Amino acid sequence: MSTVTTDPHAHAEHEHHGPAKGLKRWLYTTNHKDIGTLYLLFSLLMFFIGGAMAMVIRAELFQPGLQIVDPNFFNQMTTVHGLIMVFGAVMPAFTGLANWLIPMMIGAPDMALPRMNNWSFWILPFAFSILLASLFMEGGGPSFGWTFYAPLSTTYSNDSTALFVFSVHIMGISSIMGAINVIVTIMNLRAPGMTYMKMPLFVWTWFITAYLLIAVMPVLAGVVTMVLTDKYFGTSFFDAAGGGDPVLFQHIFWFFGHPEVYIMILPAFGIISSIVPTFSRKPLFGYASMVYATSSIALLSFLVWAHHMFTTGMPVAAELFFMYCTMLIAVPTGVKVFNWVATMWRGAMTFEVPMMFSLAFIVLFTIGGFSGLMLAITPADFQYHDTYFVVAHFHYVLVTGAVFSIMAAAYYWLPKWTGHMYDETLGQWHFWCSLISVNVLFFPMHFVGLAGMPRRIPDYALQFADFNALISIGGFAFGLSQLLFVWLVVKCIKGGEKATDQVWEGAEGLEWTIASPAPYHSFTTPPEIK
Amino acid sequence: MSDKYEHYYVPEQSPWPIVGAVALFMIAFGAGNYVNEVTKDQPGYGGYLLLAGIATLIFMLVGWFRNVIDESMNGLYSKQMDRSFRQCMSWFIFSEVMFFAAFFGALFYARIIAIPWLDGAGNNASTAAVLWPAFEAAWPLLKTPGGTETQAMPWQGLPLYNTIILLISSVTLHFAHTGLEQNKRGQLKLMLGLTILLGVGFLYLQVVEYIHAYQDLGLKLDSGIYGNTFFLLTGFHGLHVTLGAVFLLVMFLRIVLKNHFTAHKHFAFQAAAWYWHFVDVVWLCLFIFVYVL
Repeated sequence: MSTVTTDPHAHAEHEHHGPAKGLKRWLYTTNHKDIGTLYLLFSLLMFFIGGAMAMVIRAELFQPGLQIVDPNFFNQMTTVHGLIMVFGAVMPAFTGLANWLIPMMIGAPDMALPRMNNWSFWILPFAFSILLASLFMEGGGPSFGWTFYAPLSTTYSNDSTALFVFSVHIMGISSIMGAINVIVTIMNLRAPGMTYMKMPLFVWTWFITAYLLIAVMPVLAGVVTMVLTDKYFGTSFFDAAGGGDPVLFQHIFWFFGHPEVYIMILPAFGIISSIVPTFSRKPLFGYASMVYATSSIALLSFLVWAHHMFTTGMPVAAELFFMYCTMLIAVPTGVKVFNWVATMWRGAMTFEVPMMFSLAFIVLFTIGGFSGLMLAITPADFQYHDTYFVVAHFHYVLVTGAVFSIMAAAYYWLPKWTGHMYDETLGQWHFWCSLISVNVLFFPMHFVGLAGMPRRIPDYALQFADFNALISIGGFAFGLSQLLFVWLVVKCIKGGEKATDQVWEGAEGLEWTIASPAPYHSFTTPPEIK
Repeated sequence: MSDKYEHYYVPEQSPWPIVGAVALFMIAFGAGNYVNEVTKDQPGYGGYLLLAGIATLIFMLVGWFRNVIDESMNGLYSKQMDRSFRQCMSWFIFSEVMFFAAFFGALFYARIIAIPWLDGAGNNASTAAVLWPAFEAAWPLLKTPGGTETQAMPWQGLPLYNTIILLISSVTLHFAHTGLEQNKRGQLKLMLGLTILLGVGFLYLQVVEYIHAYQDLGLKLDSGIYGNTFFLLTGFHGLHVTLGAVFLLVMFLRIVLKNHFTAHKHFAFQAAAWYWHFVDVVWLCLFIFVYVL
C-alpha cells in the first residue's frame, strides 16, 4: 500500500542517533521522552513556586489580624497560587506523563507531531514568566482570584490584567496543541493489534481528557478576550449598563472551568488504574466499565457548570437541573472507586510507595468527592458557598487527588525513566509525612468553613484562630515534606540499584517490555499486540 | 496490511518550535504592554515588541513550513503521516469552532436572558424598577440601560453581498479542488485565483461596512452589547478570512511557481480548503444570528 519511495540511507540516519549534546538537545528536541522530562521538571518547579505562595498565605493566616503582607498582596498570592497550580503544576505534569508514557504504552515511535510537541512545551516557561513578572509591575499582579470574576477583573483590576490575559492565551495555545497531539497519536499510532479496547487505561483517560481540552481551552481564550475588551476597549459583555451581565462571565468561565476540573482528574484515574492492578497482582476489575465511566464523566462535565453559581442568580429550574446533573456524576465516579477496591479484593498486595500514594488517593479523593456531593445540593450550597468548606473540597480532590496521583506515577515510572530504583525508605518517609501533614492542613478547613469562615480573606474572626494555626502548621509541614521528594528524585537520577525491565513483579504493559532506562527511541517498528 | 511496518517519520531536532515560542512570548508581552500604553496614551515599547513578535512568528512559519514541504516532496511521509496531518487539522478546526461558540454563547445569553431580565422578565421586576426603569428590552439593542444609543446594521446591502461573495468563493474553491483531482491545472489555477480574489473582495467590503457603521450609524465597538457582539464576532471572523486567504495564496503560489501537488497528493491544499469552508460556515451563522434575526 505504500505509495512513497523512501531512501534507505535517510532512514538509517534518523533511526540510530542518540540525544544531541548540551543545551541544544533540550531546546530543539523532537523526542517525546525529552519533552516529557521537560514538562515534568517544569511542573515540579512551578509546584514549588505555587507552593511558596501557599506558604505566604498560610503564614498570614497563622494568626488573626493583618501582620505579614498587605491585603492586596494577599489577594495576588491566592490568585497566582491558583493559576500556577492549575495551569503550571498539575496540567503540565499530566502532559509530561502523557508524553513519556503514551507512545511507549501503545507501541508508537514517538508522538504523532514531534515538532509541535516541542512548541507546546516551550511556550509554557514564557507564559509563566509573563504571569510571574506581572507580580513585580506597578500596582502588582492579578489579584481577582484564579477565577477572575467580572467586575473584579474588569472594572476593579490593575494594569497587569492585559499581561494576565495574553499569558493565558498562549498557555491555551500550548494546551490545545498538546491535546491535539495526544489525540492524533492515540488514533493513528497504535501498534497493529492494539485495538481501542486493549489500550491501557492511562491512555484511555488521556484520550478523553484531550477532547475536553480542545473543547474548552478555546472557550477560556474567548472569555479572557471579553475581559480584555471590557477592561480596555469599552465593551460591556459583563456590564449591565451596556446590556451585558456579570453573571454571563461566570457562565462562560465555568463552561470552561468545570471540564477543566475533570481535565485535572481523569488522567489521575488512569494512573491509579495502572498502579492498583500491579501491586494487587490482578488485572484491573471492570476494564470496559472504567472506559464507559470515564466517558460519561467527560460528557456530564459539560452539563454541570452552573453548580459553581447557585448563589449568583438563576431560575430555580436551572438550579435543580444543575444539581441533579452534578449528583449524577457520583454514579460513574462510584463505579471507578468500586472497581479499584474490587481489583484489590483477594489480591496478593504489597505496599511500595506508588501503591501507598494510590491507596491514599482512593480514600482521600473519595472524601473530596463526598464533600463535592454536599456542595452539589443547591439549598445546602447557599451556606457553603465561598467558605473554607469549598477550599477543603477542591484541595482534597486536587492535592490528595491529582497531586497524589502524580506522585504515585512519578514513583511508579521513575525506575523506567532513570534505570534506577528509587530509595524505598526515603519514599515511605515522603509518603507518610505528606499523608499526615496534608490532612492536618486540609481536614480542619471543613469545620472552619461550615462554621462560616470565608475564603480569600486575609483576616478572620477570633473563634477560628486555633484551627487556622493548626492548618498553617500542616501547610508548612506539607511544603517541607515535598523537599524529600526532590532529594529522592535527584538521588534516583544519579544512581541506585539497577532496575529490571519489568521493574515491578506484577507490572503489565508495553512500557515494561523495553529496557530500563527506556532507550532514546523505543519502538521504531511497531510491536505486534496479540 | 502492507503499510503495517511503514516507517513513521520522526523529524530530527528542529530550531523552529523554540523560535515560535519566543515569537509568542514577544507577542503576548508586547501586546500586554501595548494595550496599556495605547489606552492610557503613554509612550512605550509594547507596540514594537508586538510587531517584532509577529515578524518572528511569520519567519518561523515560513521556515517550519519550508522544512515540512521539503520533507513531503522528498517522500519522507507515509500514508500514516498523512492521516496524522489530516486529524491534526480537523481537530484544530474543531477548537476554532469552540472559540466562536464562546462569542455566540455570549450573544445568545445577552439576547435571550440578560436583556429581558434587565427589563423585568422572570422574577426581576424590582431589578428593572430600581436600576433603569426607562429601559426597554429590544434586539438589536439600540439604547443600552446606561443610555448609549446606536443604529442597527441592516442585513440588506453590504452584508448580503458579502454572504453571496463568500458562498460563491466556496463553490469556486470546490471547482479548483475537482480541477486538481482531475489534473486540469488550468481550471485549478483559475478557480483558486478567483477564490482568493473573492476573499479579498469580502475583506474590502467588510472594511467599507465598518467605516459605514462608525461614521454613519454610530455603531461602534463600545455601543453596548449589540456593538460588542457585532464587532467581536465579525472582527474575529474577518481575521480568520484573512488567515484563510493567506493560506490559499500560499497554495496558489506553490501551484503556479513550483508546480506542487498532484491529483492524489495534495493535503496542504485540502487543509486550506477545509479552513476556507469552515470560515464560510461561520459567516453563515453570523449572517443569520448577527444580521438577519
